[in-house]
Amino acid sequence: MTTRSQAIDVSGETRARRSLYWQYMVEPFLYLSPAIVLIGTVMLIPLIVGISYSFQAIELLNPFNTGWVGLENYQQLWSDRKFWIALENTFWWTFWSISFQFLLGLGLAMLLNTQFYGKKLFQALVFLPWAVPTFLSALTWAWLFNPVIGPLPHWMVALGILSEPYNIMGDPEIAMWGPIVANIWFGVPFFAITLLAALQSIPSELYEAAEIDGASAWQTFTKITLPFLAPMIAITVMLRTIWIANFADLIYVMTGGGPANSTQIVSSYIFTTAFRKLDFGYASAIAVALLFILLIYAVILLWLRKKLVKI
Amino acid sequence: MSIARPRPLLIAGKYAALLGYLTFALFPLYWLLKIAITPDQLIFTEGTQLWPSSLTFDNFRTVLFQTDFLAYFGNSLYVSLGTAAATTLIAAGAGYAFSRFDFGGKKIIIAVMLITQMFPLLMIIAPIYKIVASFGMLNSLTSLIVVYTAFNIPFATFLMQSFFDGIPKDLEEAAMMDGCSRFQALRKVIFPLTLPGLGATLGFVFTAAWSELLFALMLISKNEAMTFPMGLLTFVSKFSVDWGQMMAAGVLALIPSCLFFIFIQRYLVQGLTSGAVKG
Repeated sequence: MTTRSQAIDVSGETRARRSLYWQYMVEPFLYLSPAIVLIGTVMLIPLIVGISYSFQAIELLNPFNTGWVGLENYQQLWSDRKFWIALENTFWWTFWSISFQFLLGLGLAMLLNTQFYGKKLFQALVFLPWAVPTFLSALTWAWLFNPVIGPLPHWMVALGILSEPYNIMGDPEIAMWGPIVANIWFGVPFFAITLLAALQSIPSELYEAAEIDGASAWQTFTKITLPFLAPMIAITVMLRTIWIANFADLIYVMTGGGPANSTQIVSSYIFTTAFRKLDFGYASAIAVALLFILLIYAVILLWLRKKLVKI
Repeated sequence: MSIARPRPLLIAGKYAALLGYLTFALFPLYWLLKIAITPDQLIFTEGTQLWPSSLTFDNFRTVLFQTDFLAYFGNSLYVSLGTAAATTLIAAGAGYAFSRFDFGGKKIIIAVMLITQMFPLLMIIAPIYKIVASFGMLNSLTSLIVVYTAFNIPFATFLMQSFFDGIPKDLEEAAMMDGCSRFQALRKVIFPLTLPGLGATLGFVFTAAWSELLFALMLISKNEAMTFPMGLLTFVSKFSVDWGQMMAAGVLALIPSCLFFIFIQRYLVQGLTSGAVKG
């Protein structure tokens, strides 16, 4: 009797273990494997190959001068004044773009979280810029800033921002604002969508309680809304910062990095080096440097998030 | 819940803000349309007027019937739909695995997916060119679909995961109690519930693939295989910037992605919301 029940126990245990093994090791990978295979072959392997390029001389215009050069590309990078200018430009480009996108996106999300007439149509229309192909929005904004055919310079004169209607993208001092404005236009919907989703997940009981307790609108905002949004804000700001720092298309189409490198950011500099000079080795070295900076940034932000946010 | 007394100043401010946002979002698109329907000889003389003194549809006619526009359009449609379908299918599988299983290496895979969102894609353009060339797949739209699909999988996976997180586990567990396999439960119980999520992911990926330019430029050089953004580039170079035609082409290019986007944007919010609430 006892041996028999033991046998049953054992077989039950192995079956349980086998099904555990199945659940833990095999089954999830059935669902995951296509994604892993594709990401591995199309992104990770080329990434490693790309990193190895940064230690080589690969110039398509100079096909006989190839091979491993060690850290030469990085040494060149260190003393490349254009790179440091581009780095500083990347900082301002990212900072202003993300600040305005975030503030305007938050405002839009809070408006969309209230009730008003025609809300569905309004929401569909304000989110539209996100769907416009980048190349097209870059051209449209370049057109709008052109004093011959665009209205913006004339409006800016009327508002006293400019002394006379000229193209701000020809002035090295303020050229960066052209792509930044286009980027803000393009990016506000993204922030609005994610923040709206987070806003809608705040339990309405909290607001009711705050109202009963006589909290002011500002108190409600700082004591309920912001703390609840904080995790979402941290993750979206981080992802968007990285995307924007990598985002060369707008700048490339609108100004091409000019005038006098005043709008050249690191990623557009990578593009120029790779496609104008066809110097893949040096372009890869710049890209690795950018990747490294962004990784440090992400680690700091994730650490801050862990410290500050307790949800 | 008590209704707060309406304060007219506040309401006026709110509608002013709404109007401001609407103008900011739509004015550039309006300008695009305006230039597309302005006759060529008026584009520069009436460049800054809000409405041209006469209208024309010549630009649209020229673009549609005298250029390769329709071919580019078809190529882009094929690439974008293929990418959207493949990505959604694969990301749904991966998102489901992240949502329902706790397995070895899960954190590592998620970290790797996050990292793929961080590095400059420009970095891998040269290696990808070499790999695709070694397979003899240059100038093939299929290679574009494969590359775009890989790029879009990470974000689509996180999106799908949030949708699956919003569906209670009890549902499929009940189905599995009744004798369904997990896959059957997924197909019969979960799949219908996640249709909005699938729709949102499809639309999101479609618009992303629709506007990609860089990798298309690198991998495609033959005119027959060009996608739409490249087609727009040829308007710039070939016709020394024929703005009217280019804007007309741009307006036409907006139609599919905007239609898709208007259809999916509320599911996008809904999906992110449900994931945040119940996840």
